[in-house]
Parts: sequence; structure tokens; C-alpha cells
Amino acid sequence: MQLSFKRTPGESKSRTLAELGSGEAATLVDLDLPIDFANRLMELGFLPGGPVFAAFSAPGGDPRVFRVEGAEIALRRETALRIHISPAVAA
Amino acid sequence: MSSCHGDGNGRNSAPIAEAEGPTPVGQRLIALVGPPNAGKSTLFNRLTGLRQRVANFPGVTVEHRLGKAQVEGHYDVELVDLPGIYSLSPRSEDERVSFDVLSGKMDGLRKPDAILLILDSTNLSRHLTLAAPILSLGLPTLILLNMADDLRARDGHVDVDALSKSLGAPVALISASKGEGIEAVERFLARGIAVPKPIQLPVLQDVPRCRQWARGVSEQAGYRHPAPPELSRKLDGVFLHPFWGPVIFVIVVGAVFQTIFTGARPLMDGVQALVAMSGAWMGGLLGTGLLKSLIVDGLWSGVGSVLVFLPQILLLFLFIGVLEDSGYLARAALIADRTMARVGLQGKSFIPLLSAYACAVPAIMATRTIENKRDRIATILIAPFMTCSARLPVYTLIIAAFIPERPFIGPFLGTRAAAMLGLYVLGFVAAVATARLLKSSILRSERTPFVLEMPAYRRPTLRSLGLRVADRAEVFLKRAGTVILGVSFLLWLLASVPLIHGHTPPIEQSLAGTLGRTIEPAIRPLGFNWKIGIGLISSLAAREVIVGTLGTIYGMEPGKDQVGLQQALQHDLSPAGAVSLLVFFAFAMQCMSTLAVVRRETGSWKWPVIQFTYMGALAYVSSFVVYHLLS
Repeated sequence: MQLSFKRTPGESKSRTLAELGSGEAATLVDLDLPIDFANRLMELGFLPGGPVFAAFSAPGGDPRVFRVEGAEIALRRETALRIHISPAVAA
Repeated sequence: MSSCHGDGNGRNSAPIAEAEGPTPVGQRLIALVGPPNAGKSTLFNRLTGLRQRVANFPGVTVEHRLGKAQVEGHYDVELVDLPGIYSLSPRSEDERVSFDVLSGKMDGLRKPDAILLILDSTNLSRHLTLAAPILSLGLPTLILLNMADDLRARDGHVDVDALSKSLGAPVALISASKGEGIEAVERFLARGIAVPKPIQLPVLQDVPRCRQWARGVSEQAGYRHPAPPELSRKLDGVFLHPFWGPVIFVIVVGAVFQTIFTGARPLMDGVQALVAMSGAWMGGLLGTGLLKSLIVDGLWSGVGSVLVFLPQILLLFLFIGVLEDSGYLARAALIADRTMARVGLQGKSFIPLLSAYACAVPAIMATRTIENKRDRIATILIAPFMTCSARLPVYTLIIAAFIPERPFIGPFLGTRAAAMLGLYVLGFVAAVATARLLKSSILRSERTPFVLEMPAYRRPTLRSLGLRVADRAEVFLKRAGTVILGVSFLLWLLASVPLIHGHTPPIEQSLAGTLGRTIEPAIRPLGFNWKIGIGLISSLAAREVIVGTLGTIYGMEPGKDQVGLQQALQHDLSPAGAVSLLVFFAFAMQCMSTLAVVRRETGSWKWPVIQFTYMGALAYVSSFVVYHLLS
């Protein structure tokens, strides 16, 4: 079962969740994280193919609160850097 | 989707009763299961009439708790409240508790006969994911969609019958905090809950599949997401504002300290007057004998001098209650994450640390939500540095005796409140410095990821705040009636022997005085005399005991019992000695209950011994330095 995978070098142009500015939305592509942690994030609502919205952040910009499926989850930048997104917004 | 009834224990393939089918018998142990912050403990409290701690952030319940639900015309049903879980793969100590109870591995508790699955109806498409692993257990299950009032208010909708049909189990909409739908739950408890009908469940290990399944089920049930909590978002816009957020935080904290000091004053004066009046009244009844000495000078002076602080402590708890119930605490953890990261911990450690302002014991329990073991131990070790409510009487007494009240920052913050605030900061700095030391040496570990679900803001209910304050008053009075009464009695005894010519001795020559004088050489360098020494010894049981002890000592000294504790203290402490004593109480580990809970949570005496030694040494050295710098 493949839940997370390293991206091939050819796809290096992809954006990460850390680049998503406050008030912007995107579609989650994959979670490049240890399986245990990736599972927890998926349980919380970070599902590949699903929409994500960047909301408030702590003063200084880190951690940031992301909105997924009506929930608000705070993540650190170091985690957001390993979550890939595509700019298209899922329905 | 692959058909899979979990672990193939075969129970699901048995003929299944409808929800309205024959009454299953013998359901006497029922588990409350659900994701964090779904309202399990609130429902538990409703059904059992108990007062399990609840608050508005994930991970409040960290251990299982049993309670009896009185169901009319039926035997009592035992409910077990569990920590929140997202799935059946536990990642932290609190989640393991739920897992162990559900799989019947918990010591001293048999496997539950049935399950109440509590989900947040405003988060249904997400929360339904947990229904898959829970239904796969094959236990009789009743699914409760909590916060129905919130769902309606925000124009959300779900078809309960359709949901019940697709899940094969009864479903009910309730509001545990408002009491809506509780009779329905009780009816189910009385009648017995049926085993769920077999349905197609996704492979449980495949999280995306489970999520897809949950989304599908909620769509079939016509689930309409409630409108976004606009008010919550507006509030976050203010509380998490890069500039105003921290400013508001500081203003609120300052106001609280000022209130604790000046707002509580009239109430405290009232209690003090009552204590003095009742003491004089009892004295009049008892004459001048030994009995009067015991009851009025010994016990009542000791207990009474601690009782005075009740209003102040209740005010503090009221404030903490508002913070916890409103959901602000999770935002504070978010703001604190960066600071915590710098010392090697994470924002999640901040929640136990904040609750340590009330008391270190529940704070140490709350560390169970921290997944990383080393982070957890580091948090346990630093929690007692946070200024717990037991230090409040000690601080208040000494500050009021030695610091004159003047405006400090304009009319907003007086000198006394500022001194108190300074002591709180001192404790926090000690905690953070110790964490840094630990995390860069014996407890070094990889940085653990920080994930925290932000609860929506909620208006704290008067009922919940009232219960917290009442609970605290009970704990405080119980302690005054047991520990402090006991210590006061022992002290009176020690201060009354040996008899000289059939009379009680001057306190210097009593056994207590001798004891104080024996340790005096050790504490003289810190600026304390033998009377403070007796107080320090007794405060090893619990910090606020020193106030009672001093009350008893001065109560038994002829001439001193009239002037009050504050003036009496001014005779025995120099200003430098007073600051030194404050610093000592900020750092020293004087609390048996905390040591006991650290022993239990870490599983050995190693950590409590290290903690006690470290905090004691730090207290001694700091007091020594402070005293010599100031005098």
C-alpha cells in the first residue's frame, strides 16, 4: 500500500504546503512523511486529492493553521514543507 | 472496497438483531468512545452525575474513568469514559488507554459489553472515519452525533435514519452540554443496545479508503456541512493577530493578576474577619485552659490562616476555566510553539504547562497526550516549576507583608500584582531553562512534529464554570480539614511539650522550637530563622501548609496572636529574607502528591528523586545568592 512516496526529480517543480500564503487554497497531492505520521494527518483530514486552505498563523508565521474538511489543524513549517500541493482547487 | 469485518472474529457473521430487536441482556459495562474533543466526558458527566474534568481542547481526558448511570426501571449500568482516539492505532499513552480498554487488555477491567460512539456532528464527514474500526469490533454500538445544537445553529443537516441504515446501528442526535437527547440515550441503556448489522467496511489499515468510505456514508445520509464558524474565525483574526494577539494576551494576564490581588481583597478580608470572630467566640466559650490553646491557638489559627486564601484561589480557577472552556488554550499553545521549539519541546507540552498553573498533578497526567517519550518526561520534570495555586497563599502573604501597594504601570498594575506576576515569570523561566538543559543532554531526541486540532471557540457555560469552582472549593476545604488540620495538631503538640512546671513552654523551648533550631544553621545563610524553618519542614507535605504552620506558631506566642500573620512575619524576616523565601518557594519541590504522581507516570523512583534533588538544590542556591545580593 502506497501512502507516501518520494517525488521523482523530474517533478521538482511541485509546490509545498509551506508556500501556500494566508487565505490561499490548493489541492493536496501527497504527504512525504513517515507512514505513521502521514496516517495521523490523513485521519485528521489531510487527504491527497482533497482541498486545503491556509488560514491564520502564530505571530511570525509558524506554525500555521490549515483548514481541511471543516477542521482547523495547526502544523509547523517543517511539516508543511513535506506536503505537496497542486495549485488547482479541488471541487 | 474490500469487505472486511475487521479482524475476522466471526461475531459479525452471527444473525443480527435489529435496533428494535430482542433486548440484549447483561450490558453492564459500556464504553464511551470517540475522537478527541467530541464531548465524551460531557456526556459521561450528564449520564452519571459525576464531575469528570472537561474543557474545550483535544486531549483533556487521559485515563479511563468509571461511573454508574442510574437507568430507571433497570439495573445500574457502568460507563467507562475514555481518552479520545482517531483510530485503533494508538500513538500516545492516552490513546493506548482507550485501545487497551476496548480490547479487554486493561488491568482490572473486563472488556466492555457495548459502545457509545460519540462523534461531533459539526465534523461528521471526518469523525465518521472512526465508525469503521469501532463497528468492526462487532460490539453492540449506539452512535451519538453530539453538538446537535451547534449543527442546527449553523444550518447543517444530517438524516439520522439514513445514516442508521447505512451503518447498521442506531444513531441519535444529541447535545451533551445542553442535555438534549439524553433521555434517548438512557432509553437505549435501559433497553440494551443491539449488535450492529453487518455492513461493508473498508480495510482499516488503509486510511484514505476509510476516509473515502466515511465521506460516502455521510453523503448518503444527506450530510450538509454546517456553515463555517464565522465568530471563531473573527476571534482568531484578533487573538492570532501578529501584533494585537500578543498585546491582548499581556493585557488579559495583567488584568487577571490585578483582579486576583485587589478584586479578591474584600472577600478575603471578609473571610479573615469571620475566622477572627469565630476564634474569639470559641475562645470565650473555652476559657483559658489547654483545650482553648489547642482549638483556638493551635487548630483554628492554623486552618483559618489558610482558609483566608479560598476566594483568591477560586478566582484563579474561574479564570483558568474561562480560558479552557472557551478554546483559547489551544491558540495559546499555537503561539507558544516557537518558544517551546527553541527549548527543544513542542507546543503540545504547553497545554500541560498551562494547566500546571492550577496544580502540577493534573498537568503531569495531561502529558500523556505527548507522543514522544523523552518530550513527555522533560515536560513532567519541568511542570512543578509553573506557579501552582498552592504557592498563591504563600506568595500573597509575603508580598502583602513586605511590598507596599503603589501604582506600578499607571493605574492598571500595582506593585503587589507586579511582584506576583514577576514570580510567575520566574517559575516559567526556570521551567524553560530546565527544559533546554534536559533536551540538550539526557533527554535529547529528534524534533517531534507538532499537530494540534484547533477547537471552535465556545461560550463557557455558567454550569461548567460553577462546577469547576465548586470542585476546587471542595478540594481546598478538604485539604484544610485534613492535611492542614493534621499538621496544625501535630505542631501544637510539638509546641506544647515538654511541659515546664505543668505549663506549656515558651515556643523556643518546646520540641517544635528545638526542631527549628536544629535546622537553623542550614537555613540561616538563606535569611530564615527557626520559625520559618519549622514552616519549611511542614511545607514538605504541601506548600500552603507553611501558612497554616506560621499561623499556629504565632497563634501560640503570647502577644503575637493579636497582630496578625503579616505583622508577625515582619518581625521575623528581613526584606532580603522575604525575597529569598519567595525564590525558595518558586523553585523548591514541596509537594508529596506531585512526587507520587511523577513516580506513577514515569514508572520508577528515578525521576521523582532527580526532580526533588534538582529543584531543592536550585532553590537553595538561588535563595542563598538572592539573600546575599540584597542584604
